[in-house]
Amino acid sequence: MSTAMVEARGVRKSFGSTEILKGIDLRIERGSVTCLIGPSGSGKTTFLRCINHLEKVDAGRLYVDEHLVGYTERNGRLYEMKERQTARSRLNAGMVFQRFNLFPHMTVLENIVEAPVHVLGRPRNEVTAEAQTLLERVGLGNRGNSYPQELSGGQQQRIAIARALAMKPKLMLFDEPTSALDPELVGEVLDVMKSLAEAGMTMVVVTHELGFARQVSDQVVFMDQGVVVESGSSAQVLGTPRHERTQAFLSKVL
Amino acid sequence: MQQHSIPDTRTESPTAAADSIPVVPLRHPVRLAVAVALILLALSAAWDVAVNQRYHWDVVASYLFAPQIMAGAGLTVILTVVSMTAGIALGTVLAVMRLSENPILRTISRGYIWFFRGTPLLVQLIFWYNIAALYPVIAFGLPFGGPSLVLGSANVLISPLAAALLGLALNEAAYMAEIIRGGIGSVDKGQYDAARALGMDGGKLMRRVILPQAMRVVLPPTGNQVISMLKGTALVSVLAISDLLYSAQIIYATNYQTIPLLIVASLWYLLMTTILSFFQTKLERRYGRGFDASPRRSRRPKTQPTTRTA
Repeated sequence: MSTAMVEARGVRKSFGSTEILKGIDLRIERGSVTCLIGPSGSGKTTFLRCINHLEKVDAGRLYVDEHLVGYTERNGRLYEMKERQTARSRLNAGMVFQRFNLFPHMTVLENIVEAPVHVLGRPRNEVTAEAQTLLERVGLGNRGNSYPQELSGGQQQRIAIARALAMKPKLMLFDEPTSALDPELVGEVLDVMKSLAEAGMTMVVVTHELGFARQVSDQVVFMDQGVVVESGSSAQVLGTPRHERTQAFLSKVL
Repeated sequence: MQQHSIPDTRTESPTAAADSIPVVPLRHPVRLAVAVALILLALSAAWDVAVNQRYHWDVVASYLFAPQIMAGAGLTVILTVVSMTAGIALGTVLAVMRLSENPILRTISRGYIWFFRGTPLLVQLIFWYNIAALYPVIAFGLPFGGPSLVLGSANVLISPLAAALLGLALNEAAYMAEIIRGGIGSVDKGQYDAARALGMDGGKLMRRVILPQAMRVVLPPTGNQVISMLKGTALVSVLAISDLLYSAQIIYATNYQTIPLLIVASLWYLLMTTILSFFQTKLERRYGRGFDASPRRSRRPKTQPTTRTA
């Protein structure tokens, strides 16, 4: 078996005295699409943020592309990474947020070009050409000079996807990418995500769009109260859930 | 005055026939009367100022470009620029310290702001002027009586001008720290996540993402600070530094033309604050890009549709 893109072993995370993740074990294969579903407060967003080290893992091991996230292992001890190392390790994963988080003071093109130029130090004109291709890929080729605020939510989210892709990540993390959108704009974002999945990108998606999960994902993970209740193929978890908590959740959502 | 909003709302109504109904704009007779009265009042005041011999406009004119006045104005500009620049730099450091996770840095910054905002600027200026009374010799050295490198007598090193710059800059830093802290705090927390997820470290995140957005909130109060600093430099006249006001005072102390010389100084202050306001507006426009929907999208090609779906 080839090594997993993401491997979690007993991952725990607390905020103050509340434990949000109570030991997560999960494998995410290369080139697969995994959807994390579950009620709010189940810890799925926190787990996603741990993959990118936006949250620090308290206990357990979390590997991304065979590298331990946030720590270096030496002589049987874990050393917390320096900020610069952490920043570099984040380059493996691109992230898309619920509220887009585009940089409002930059145009669409500047948003996309920013990190490749200022973080990776690549030449601007080369990156700009790539950015234009990405913009066309998400169907917004003529919007490069607009400011984010002039665009609809759906357009902003597609730009956010393009911005993450510009860093050529091995893995894309989506944190409820359609939850802040008007219903009629959800489809355009899901379409972009589908085409990304078809192109073979490894994706981890926290979502409430069960239709998308059913259609696109190779693995569906149901989380509740900080644990993985069940995981498996979408047909299995969404079609014939074994656990009653999964059944109860699905009956409320569908 | 044209009332544009009224025809607009009418055309939005579903009946297309509404277009043909003539619209009579609302009249504002009281507004008009008040405006006329105020214009008359302003004109008569201006006329009085112009013809009143006791203003001595001839004296004003003869001193307006006097070398002493010009030198004073130059010094005022230098004092403002240097102490404001130092104040902003130190203020940024204090603001970042104040927002730091390190409790010692936070407390030091807080203490600094507490002290320098809590005591009068005039007292601080006089304090720096008299620093030699407390520390006759200035030296760098190890604490608790270790070896030290003597730099010289405080009386020589802290000239009146140095005392003025120290006082103004250190005081300004306390105010700027609070303004910048407010600006940084106004930036959405999601921006930190997005910048980190793109691989930026703390420094880049601040320089490229957070501070440019904070500028939008920081600029208007900073403009205020620059203008009060410009006029606040007049306080240094107590240290016998020949800034704009002090130069005017020296002249009227000999010729007793107090009012005309104060007018000369005021005209220069007015000119300088006007220029500053002009640059403030420009800067605000620069850093407001992407935030407000006002019609200054010079970067966007005109051929593109302006429809918005949000």
